[in-house]
Order: sequence, then structure tokens, then C-alpha cells
Amino acid sequence: MTQPFRIPGAGRLTPAKIARFTFDGKAYTGLEGDTLASALLANGVHLVGRSFKYHRPRGFLSAGAEEPNALVEISRDATRRTPNVRATVQELYDGLAAQSQNRWPSLGFDVGAVNNLLSPFLSAGFYYKTFMWPKAAWKRLYEPNIRAAAGLGVAPEEADPDHYAARFAHCDVLVVGGGAAGLAAALAAAETGVRVILCDEQPEFGGALRYESGARIEGLDGYSWARQAVEKLAAMDNVRLLTRTTAFGYYAQNFVGLTERVTDHLASPGKAPRERLWQVRAARVVLATGAIERHMVFADNDRPGVMLASAARAFLNEYGVAVGRTIGVYTANDSAYAAAIDLKKAGVDIAAIVDLRDDPSGPLVEQARSLGIEVNPGRAVVGVGGRQRVSSMIVQPTGGGGKRTIPIDALLVSAGWTPSVHLFSQSRGKVAFDAGSQRFLPGLYAQDCRSVGACNGTDGLAETLNEAFAAGEAAAKATLGETSAGGGGNAPKVDASEDWAGGMLGSAPGAGADTTVKAFVDFQNDVTAKDIRQAVREGMRSIEHVKRFTTNGMATDQGKTSNMHGLAIAAETLGKEIPEVGLTTFRAPYTPVTFGAIVNHARHELFDPTRRTATHGWAEAHGAVFEDVGQWKRAWYFPRPGEDMHAAVNRECVTVRRSAGLFDASTLGKIEVVGPDAAAFMELIYTNPWQKLEPGRCRYGIMLREDGFIYDDGVVGRLSDDRFHVTTTTGGAARVMNHMEDYLQTEFPHLNVWLTSISEQWAVIAVQGPKSRDILAPLVEGIDLSDAAMPHMSVREGSICGVPTRLFRMSFTGERGFEVNVPADYGQAVWEAIWAEGEKHGACAYGTEAMHVLRAEKGYIIVGQDTDGTVTPNDAGLDWAVGKKKTDFVGIRGLKRPDLLAPGRKQLVGLKTVDPKVVLEEGAQIVQDPNQPIPMKMIGHVTSSYWSENCGRSIAMAVVAGGHGRLGETLHVPMPDGSIAVEIVSAVFFDETGERLHG
Amino acid sequence: MPTQIDVSNTSPRRTSSAKQNVPADPSHKGQDKALRRTGPLDGRIAVPGGLSLTVLPPASRLSLRAPAGSVADLSAALGMDLPRSPKTSASDGKGRFALWLGPDEWLVVDEAGGDLVAACRAVQALHSAVDISHRNVGLLVSGQGAANAVNAGCPQDLSLQAFPVGACSRTVLGKIEMVLYRPSADSFRIECWRSFADYAHAFLAEAIADASA
Repeated sequence: MTQPFRIPGAGRLTPAKIARFTFDGKAYTGLEGDTLASALLANGVHLVGRSFKYHRPRGFLSAGAEEPNALVEISRDATRRTPNVRATVQELYDGLAAQSQNRWPSLGFDVGAVNNLLSPFLSAGFYYKTFMWPKAAWKRLYEPNIRAAAGLGVAPEEADPDHYAARFAHCDVLVVGGGAAGLAAALAAAETGVRVILCDEQPEFGGALRYESGARIEGLDGYSWARQAVEKLAAMDNVRLLTRTTAFGYYAQNFVGLTERVTDHLASPGKAPRERLWQVRAARVVLATGAIERHMVFADNDRPGVMLASAARAFLNEYGVAVGRTIGVYTANDSAYAAAIDLKKAGVDIAAIVDLRDDPSGPLVEQARSLGIEVNPGRAVVGVGGRQRVSSMIVQPTGGGGKRTIPIDALLVSAGWTPSVHLFSQSRGKVAFDAGSQRFLPGLYAQDCRSVGACNGTDGLAETLNEAFAAGEAAAKATLGETSAGGGGNAPKVDASEDWAGGMLGSAPGAGADTTVKAFVDFQNDVTAKDIRQAVREGMRSIEHVKRFTTNGMATDQGKTSNMHGLAIAAETLGKEIPEVGLTTFRAPYTPVTFGAIVNHARHELFDPTRRTATHGWAEAHGAVFEDVGQWKRAWYFPRPGEDMHAAVNRECVTVRRSAGLFDASTLGKIEVVGPDAAAFMELIYTNPWQKLEPGRCRYGIMLREDGFIYDDGVVGRLSDDRFHVTTTTGGAARVMNHMEDYLQTEFPHLNVWLTSISEQWAVIAVQGPKSRDILAPLVEGIDLSDAAMPHMSVREGSICGVPTRLFRMSFTGERGFEVNVPADYGQAVWEAIWAEGEKHGACAYGTEAMHVLRAEKGYIIVGQDTDGTVTPNDAGLDWAVGKKKTDFVGIRGLKRPDLLAPGRKQLVGLKTVDPKVVLEEGAQIVQDPNQPIPMKMIGHVTSSYWSENCGRSIAMAVVAGGHGRLGETLHVPMPDGSIAVEIVSAVFFDETGERLHG
Repeated sequence: MPTQIDVSNTSPRRTSSAKQNVPADPSHKGQDKALRRTGPLDGRIAVPGGLSLTVLPPASRLSLRAPAGSVADLSAALGMDLPRSPKTSASDGKGRFALWLGPDEWLVVDEAGGDLVAACRAVQALHSAVDISHRNVGLLVSGQGAANAVNAGCPQDLSLQAFPVGACSRTVLGKIEMVLYRPSADSFRIECWRSFADYAHAFLAEAIADASA
């Protein structure tokens, strides 16, 4: 037997089921069902970590999720390395490899422990006081060093190879916590037939019944009753049982976040996700979150081997592990007696029980005495011997007097129990202080929720089961309504239980205000009783300030063991009552949640949808380079062998104007506006007039926001009296639809018109250039493509390649052009057919970059590039698109605001650099006089700038104050390597008369 | 946001459907030389198993908008009573079904490819019928635990009490919008826009892997 502290016959693990593991490279064995903590303790290992600030040696304080000390790194392989895992929660599996943290060079000899000697300089608030000067040193010197020295584990640098899942779930009753109370509540609720979810953070339901040997329910020992209850629940279709599942956050409308650890306990995780995030919406919630035992606050209470009495009991009764051979007990509460009795009965020597109370009494005290355990009432442990493991306790009467040193190798402590009101508090419930029992209990509820059992301050087992059963039943019946039958059962009958009394808050004797000892309140954040007193002395009055100054109860710990002690010490120092000082807010998450669980499926290709058009495959096969436009992949340019982007774009631009080009315009937003009031609606949404637009004709439309600024633009075709085919910008597709729907429903509900997004119904193939008609003619049926029959800005319905088309004669290049709309699944085949015709005419495929250059050569704006949300139609030179006779449209009043009519507004103009070879930078600022002192007065900026092969020079668009009145002026664009002189010109650089549009 | 239109004082006016001289979609007419269709999920193999994911074949789809006063006429034209309550659907039992998406909005699907635009063309009552056959892609998740798979990305309560057979809803799947329809207790039809089909397929493949485990 290589586990010297495993007690034969104790616990519930199977001795034959060995699991091998390593800790800091050393090999150990444990048993299946162990936690890493119980397995290490079975091997006599107590020293497992170094503390956050002082690098003090630390052992296990607890056996559960409240563990502040035993944080280790678990690594399955190089990429699966998880820091800050609580060894008391991590289940053992064969092959587990664990490392201690925050120590160098080794756990036994840690250079950082010098901080312990320097501790007078590292007192509370030291970050804010010590490293103030010189200021520059904070960023480069102090902060990196503090972070390196004071810290927890190291985050892995590799990508996480595991995957994570998510699940939304609804239920009538969510029960959080699967101890005696939670099981009773779940049973009561489930028996009515409503949908129940019961979750517990432990691998097994049962809570304290897993180690509380004195409980008997329904004729069974507590643990067996719990097993039976779980079997009963598991057999019910309306119940979902989730173990290893922590309710970490309680949000509005009974929305509770749970993380389920699916594979962290398995030697071979297989294909299952590592964790699963549950987002549960519950009609009603029953909180059965129990209570957490508090430690005693005395000098050097953080020595490895000092632990909560309930933890020692769990290690014994669940895992069959004795936490020492000669164990001392220091308590102010009966529960520690129960631990001492169980250990004594298992054959472990109990050196002495030291009880702060002068006259402890009751059955547990009597039983301890009758077992021959020495009980020392009215005494305190004022110190311990040993550094890396406790070796003795120093006992002194509470009233002072002679000290006695008792050799021990473990010390169990209990200052009483703190109800776990974390989730209740997160639910926005208000806690209330119960002076009689000196604890905060659920007071005013903010949501449809009930607390039962220990978290509600209900002490006795029978009372707990009655309360929980009634709450479960009431929650279910509230869901079912009053008329329903069902339920009506009785709470499980308690035959025997342990009843505990006692407890204390704050620092124990020997760690009072007159001392300088290190009596830890918060182990994880290295906060001592002295630190809290100092915070008060330095002016912190609110517990929220004390918390931030000392870091007590902060970070992942959330004050599970420390909150009440810290509060009591602060109250005592302030000379106030505890409720006057108040409790800090509990924040989610209750225990740390991995980023993996939060992100869950949203990784790799599921991080964000990637939208591809119908012709994506063709473009890919023809060498397109793609650019991201929102979620869309759009063909950017089509380089031929040997071409760089510049060469490819130049060729594409020239080819379009010489012959023709094909461009995929499918991503444009498209909305079908249908109804007898369609034209009336269009009149209101756009600045342009629509009533007189004949069916079969198109118009370029501008849409404003209420404030008069350009919101979107696009070509609209009127298909019939009551049907328009609207196009929007790619980026504006969704918001324009929402904008139109919003106005239709809120401002124009009298109109009989409906909007349908058809963006993805139609693939759009733009065929632009002098040869465009020749290319399309052989493929189109039922449409006369002649200029006379189908002039610029017209739309026809017919067919192409045998499939229906909405064929637009329109242009974003300034050339004769068409946009072929076909049902999307035919997009690629029709593209290929047009391409085959196009090749006969020397046409090319062109991408978004050439599209940008070609439109800029014509001075066509792109909303969002040449406009920025502060540009009016007049500013953009688009006054002609505003119906002068119209009496109403969205933005009409905005346009009349004085600021929008004032002279000197920034207006869209063209820019030509004096040196035609220089291409300006988009976004560059424009000034009148480049020699003026800095900061210069900036009068505009460049919005679009390209090399135009068709113009043989650079071209640019810009917004310039009073720009329309400055044609011919020379302005300057200051750049880091000199100023660039530019001339203000019309924004139309190519074919100024526009004759090419008409063929 | 649903559109509420008071039509009590409005005499029904005819709203045209798409032009009459348009040739019908050849995929539904079985022409000799039908043009090749290319769907966004072509080549995806079904994810088999007790819980499976299938890419559904092309279908005719109509976005139908109409005030309450037109529902009877449209129902007659489509051969089924258009549903009038939230989350409900109607089916003609021959592959044509209508999903309630709003007080004046339905998604009508004909798996047999029938011409839904044509079916509505003769209806004089006020309405808007827009062909969206190619806008959407249909996916089917079926098998035991299908609701769990969909719940990986859909926050709705998919229990049979809350979302019975025949229920439908416009909702979300992870980061995309979908229309969800439950044709049977253990199957869900997901309709999403064409360019989101890649995402929907990948998401559901992961989701059914987890729900099957």
C-alpha cells in the first residue's frame, strides 16, 4: 500500500481501482473516485501551493469548491494545460499530471518567499502606495514585476484543442444544489410532473450527506437515502439531473447559467466536449446551496495541515483518508466534534479539542468525551509550530495565562458555518442580518425563487427536509396552477441527525488588534486581520472600500470563507454593528468559468457566419483574391499569372471600358416593396419622387435619416404599379430593411404595402462595358435589348439561359451596363454562360477593387466611404435627387436645419494631385496653407483615392469645407514626408458628358 | 414587430403578383435542358446516426403578406387554411405547408415545387406574394434528441408542451436567424437564408454530435 494515510474500511472508494498520477513530476497512486486533494492526502502530501503575495507554503483548507489555497495546474499534454484548478474539485484519473504554481525554483524552496520577510512593505494597499514614483517606472518596471511575482497560474499560450458545447434549457423548477435539501425539493417538485432540473457541482449528489455519518432518513443512513432519491429522480422523464455542474450566475427573469464539466474527470475525454454551458430559463428556482464552514482566524492559521473540520470529515468518510496521525481540533462550533469523533472511531489519534466556548455541551461534546478525547473549553490556539506542515498547536486560556504546546500533524478548525447566499444575492435579492445566529440570510426576494436548508439558515435536518419539500411542491404547484392535483406527499422522515450549535466571527484570541501576527482572513488574496484593521485606520469606512483596499473576498474566491470574518473585523475596528457596515455584493461567477464554456460553439468557422455568393466557387476556381465585406467574402480582384494587385486592377479597369467585365453584385441588399401604396411608401422613404416613375424604369434613390443625413442609396426598379425592386448597399442591407419596416409600422401604418427581403433570392451578375449588350444578347429571351427598347435605367422581366431574370439596364461604371438578376441557385450556371460569351469579346471578370476605381472615375459615391453620417445630399452634390416639390419624406425637416443650410459645410469634390503620379492616402487631412503653424486648421479630408489607369493619373474624392465653391483652388495634404499639392476639380474624371452610359 | 393594418375602410384592391409572361422556373417544369442548379450545401453528405442532419432538396417558397380580410381567399387559393395563431402552421398533407411568422406574414413552402406565385396570382384580395424559393435552404434534424441539438443554438423552449408538433417560429440558431418548424415529435426543419446555410450546417453538425453523445 503506497497510500499510507488511506484507512482500510473507511470511505466509499474501491481499493482495487488504482489510478496513477504525478504531482510536480513525482509519481503517486490514488483510487478512482478520489479528488486530486484526497489522493495527495492519502499519500501524506499537504504542501501543494504558495500563496499569492507572500509565497507562504499552503495546503488544503477545504474539500470542495470553496478551496482558496490548493490551486494547481493540470496538464493532459502541451496544449491542454489548465492553471488555477482547485485540487479539491479536480477528480483523479489514471495518468493525471498536476503541477504546483507560483513558486520558483521549487515548491519546497521558493525564492519568492522573501516577500514574507518583506511583508511590512507589502501591507494592504501597497500597490497604491509603494510604486508611485517615478511614474514612468510603473508601466515598465513595477507592474510587470508585481504581476510576475504575485500571481496565480500561467495561462497557456497555445490554442485550446478541446471543444465546448452549449445548451438552452427550460424548466418549471430549477433546483440548485443536490444535498439533502435539494434532493427533497426536487423530489417534491418532480412528483407533480412538472419539468425539473437538479444540478450540483459535485460528481455525486448528496452534499453533506456524503460525509455526515450521523444522519438517518427514512430508515436509511443519509448517504443511502440520497442514492435512493437520485435513482428515483433519474427514473422520471420530467427530471434532468446534472452533476459536475455549477450554477455560476443568476440573471434576470430566472435565467441561470450553469457549467457542466463533461470530461475533465476522464482519462480519455474522447469526442465529448470538455464543458457544456447550460443557459436555463426556469419558471421557479429553489436554491439549496448549503453553507460553507469558516476557518478560525489566528496566528499562522495558513500552515499546511490546518484545514476545515468538515473537510477532514469528507476526506475520511468519502475517500477513506486520514488527514494526519495526531490531529488537533480548534473550534467554536459543534460540527468539529463530529469530525473528531469520526476520526477517533476510525483509529486516528485526536490530540485534543480546543474550544473557544467556556462551556460547550450537547450530545456531540458528550460523545467526544466518552470516547476519551481531551476537550479543552475556554481555550484558544494562539499559534502553531512548523513551516511547511503544522507540527504543533500552542494553546492558551481565552482569558490569558500559561501556554501549552501540543504536538500534532494536522489541525481541524471550525468557526461555524456561513450560508451560501451568493446566487441569492446575484438574483438581486437583499440579505438580512440575523443577530441571533450572527449570519446574513435571504431577506427580500427579487425573483421567483426560494432558498431552503442551510443557505436559508435552517439548521436541523428535519426542518431542512420539511422546508425544502414544501418549497419544491409549492414551486411546482404554482406552475401547474391551483386547480391541479398531484403532489401532496410528505417530506422524507428524519430518524436521526446531527444538530450543531455555536460559531464565532472575526479574529480569535491572540490575533487581536494589539498584535502583529499573520492571521489570515482571505487565504487566496493573502489578506490578514491586520490588513483589514489597517484599511479602517487609513480611512476606509465602507466595506466596499475595505474590500478593494485589501482585496479581501475579491477575484475568483468571492469571499466564500473570508467574507464574514473580514466584515466582523472591520465592524469591530469601526466600532459598529455588522449590519451597519454591510455586506459586499456577490458577483458572478460563483466559481471561475472557462472562456471555452462561454465561447462554446463560436470558434473557427462558427465564430461568425461566412457568407458566400452563388458564384463563389467559380471565382475561387478562377484565382480570385477575396476581401471581407462584413460577413461576406467578395472577389477583390482576379490576378493572372505574374500580376500583382495593382496590375490586375489596372487591367480589369481598362478591360471594362474597352470591352466588358463581369462582376458579382449579389451581395447588394434587395427588397421587394409590394402593395397598392408601394409608390406612396417610396415617396416617404426616399428623397426622390416615385409616383411618376413608369413601370419598367429605374431611378437612383437616396434615403435619409430623420436628421437629414444620407443613410443609404441604390437603384430602384419599378416592376409594376404596385411592385418595386429596391437595391441597397451591401453593408446597409439589413439595417435599411429594418429602417423601412420601422417607419412602415410606426409612422406609416395606414399604407397598404409590404416589404420582403429578396437579397438572397437573386444572384446578381453585372455585365458592364461597351460590349455588354453583345455578350448578353444571345442568352436573353423575351427582352428587346436595343437602346430604344431598353434605355439606360430600365428594368425588364424575361428569361436568360431558360431561367427567369429581372434584367436591369444600369451602370456603376459609367459604361453601358446590365445587371442580370437570376434565382440564386442558377447564379453560377448563368455566370458561366455569360462568361463563355464574354470571352469571345475579350471581357474579364473584375472584383470589388476595380469596381471602386471605375465608380470613382465617374464620381459615383459609396455611402459609408464618401459619406460618414454627416453628409447631406447637397454636400454630396446629389441635390438633384431630392424631389423639390415633395412635401414630406423621412429627413425633410432635418434638411431645413440652419446648420445644414449654412455656408462652409464640407462638400464632396474631386482632387487631382499636381504630380499625377502621386496617389493620396484615404483619410488624409486637407489644409489651406501647409506652412501654417501646427496644429493646422484642417478643412477636409480625402474619402477615396486610387490610381486610374483609364485616366493615366491618380484620382481622388474628398470632402472640403465650401468645396463646391473652390473648384480650381490649390490646397495641400500634409504628410509625414512632405506636403502634397492638390487641385480641387469636379468629381467626374472620365466621360464627363456621360455619353458612354447610353451606348 | 408585426404590422397591424386596419383594412375595415379599405376595399380590397388587387395586388399584382410577378408578371404573367415570365417563364416558370424550369426546375419545376422538368424541361429537357434544365439549367444546372447549384445550392450552397451541394456535396455535403448527410450526417447520419440516430440523430441525423439532412440537407433538404429544393422547394418552392413564398413570402406571403396579407391582412386578416384576405386570409380566406388566400387559403382557398393555396389549398389549406392559413394559420392565424402564433407558432402554428397548416399543411395540405401533400408537401405544402404554411408557417405563421407574424399577424400578416406566412412562409409557404411547397416541397413538390408547385408554383405558389401562380396560385396566388388570381386572388383579388389585398396581399403581397414574393417568390423566395432560392432565398432559403432547408435542413432537417431528426432522431431522438433533435430538440436538444436545436437547443444548442436556439433559446426557445422546444418541449412538446411549449413547441408541439406543427409549431413554428422565426428565431435564432447561434448567430443566425432561422425559421424553425417541427413536422414531427423528433424532427425539426430549419429554414435559413442561402448564405447562412454553411453556418447552419456546421453548427447543427456540432450540435447533433453533442446531443448524440
